[in-house]
Amino acid sequence: MGKYFQEEIETASREEIVKIQNEKIVKQVKHVYDNVAYYRDLMDKKGVKPEDIKTIDDIKKLPFLTKADLRDAYPYGLLGTDLKDCVRIQSTSGTTGKRVVAFYTQHDIDLWEECCARAIVAAGGTNEDVVQVCYGYGLFTGGPGLNGGSHKVGSLTLPMSSGNTERQIQFMMDLESTILCCTPSYAAFIAESLAEKGYKPEDNKLKAGIFGAEPWTEEMRQAIEKGLGIKAYDIYGLTETSGPGVSFECEEQTGMHINEDHFYAEIIDPDTGEVLPDGEVGELVFTSLDKEAFPLLRYRTRDLCVLSRKKCSCGRTHVKMSKPKGRSDDMLIIRGVNVFPSQIETVLLNEGYTPNYQIIVDRKNNTDTMDINVELTPEQFSDKVAEVADKEKALEGAMRTMLGIGPKVHLCAPKTIVRSEGKAVRVIDNRKLH
Amino acid sequence: MAIKQVSVFVENKKGKLVEVIEKLAKANINIQAMSIADSKDFGILRLIVSDNDKAVALLEEDTIVKTTDVIAVKMDDIEGALYKVLQTLDKADINVDYSYAFTVHKELDAYVVFRVDNIADAEKILADNGFTLLNNI
Repeated sequence: MGKYFQEEIETASREEIVKIQNEKIVKQVKHVYDNVAYYRDLMDKKGVKPEDIKTIDDIKKLPFLTKADLRDAYPYGLLGTDLKDCVRIQSTSGTTGKRVVAFYTQHDIDLWEECCARAIVAAGGTNEDVVQVCYGYGLFTGGPGLNGGSHKVGSLTLPMSSGNTERQIQFMMDLESTILCCTPSYAAFIAESLAEKGYKPEDNKLKAGIFGAEPWTEEMRQAIEKGLGIKAYDIYGLTETSGPGVSFECEEQTGMHINEDHFYAEIIDPDTGEVLPDGEVGELVFTSLDKEAFPLLRYRTRDLCVLSRKKCSCGRTHVKMSKPKGRSDDMLIIRGVNVFPSQIETVLLNEGYTPNYQIIVDRKNNTDTMDINVELTPEQFSDKVAEVADKEKALEGAMRTMLGIGPKVHLCAPKTIVRSEGKAVRVIDNRKLH
Repeated sequence: MAIKQVSVFVENKKGKLVEVIEKLAKANINIQAMSIADSKDFGILRLIVSDNDKAVALLEEDTIVKTTDVIAVKMDDIEGALYKVLQTLDKADINVDYSYAFTVHKELDAYVVFRVDNIADAEKILADNGFTLLNNI
């Protein structure tokens, strides 16, 4: 196997790519208009007809979809085919009220897995490799995506799923895994565990890792590369568009090639919705050009990044996106779970607290920590320490139920949470991820 | 008679305790007894002061305070004195939530403050057994 999984398309000229995109968008908009009533209404409201979309440039005329639309249309409102044509669902990590369920036909699964296969080959994978997939399997797209990609490449696939580090290490050493797929924080944890057991980086047979599903820094890349003796590649994706493999890093490690024959990317001004030129930071918007069952058009990812069409030394011609530089909404990703400050506010009000709080996120030993400072009210106060401590515990329990992860709650005196310009600073993220 | 104790929420951070005490000092409020119960994040400062209402009004500006009725029992400053008081309460099935002791220098007497679950019963039983309770300090 060569340098590319699908050389012809991955190295196609700009003209060829645009030609493919032009053909696919016309067909896709018609497919969506005919089959997805929810989006048809949005188009009608905007006064756009399928005939108005003649080339990929006309995509600007289409309305956006947001996470709120996905919530409104849950579960079947954005389905583009009959259910009998679907073969799979996947779902997001599922914080309350924000769950996304995406549907796939066999065609959709195949194109997603091909995208993952491109990523594996770009990381040096061939049918002689042993690919250890320790992303979670199940509703989460990480495990199934890389598993399918590895099959398409023809590599020996170890469907480990996440956790049980002892077993991960045993299989890694005994079956001589050569490519590791997991979250970057888990890769760092495996590296530490190997070191604790007395293994040196050269003792394993790994050559590369494909890491994604959470933000990570260049420093973390270097630490993982050193700790495991590998090259560490970034991969990006989201359940709404398919899963991992929407874009992936090549040997140059200077951004992720977007699979432009399937996913059309735009960068917009998050406030005005105006499309921005390449090189400017804005919100990433994706259009699925040929997915059948869950064909989202102009889906706003909330990820802020930059597109670059600079010639890449790897020979791939597809546009590259930077690592996301932050988010245009206030969503936090903590230990892989999506957390919205509004959820915390809901819990506080339900439990009888004021909505004055501050979230402090940090990363210690490669694990995210979450602390919430909450202002105590006179009604909650008691002269007995145990009673106040019980209130703190009860609030932690309510937070864990709502968020899916357990924060540490700290009760503070009223009016002590820092406010700037009259408004509380809600989130302090000390992780330095961007 | 029960006496007033003011409980003050204090964050477990450097400089927080001195802020509270400074306010009282500047307002010429005398602290007759105090104790602190703390957890990892916060402490509860319990005070018996010369002017409870004034202290509450002052401290409420910055934090949360609460007034609680407690009883203060005069004890002989001899071995076994505390045992006698506690034994009396225990026999009457009164639960002590917390307690702390102080002395009044002029008189060389010892006092113990009790927060109990049934203050009326506790007062009666202690008085019946010949203990002296403080009405005010």
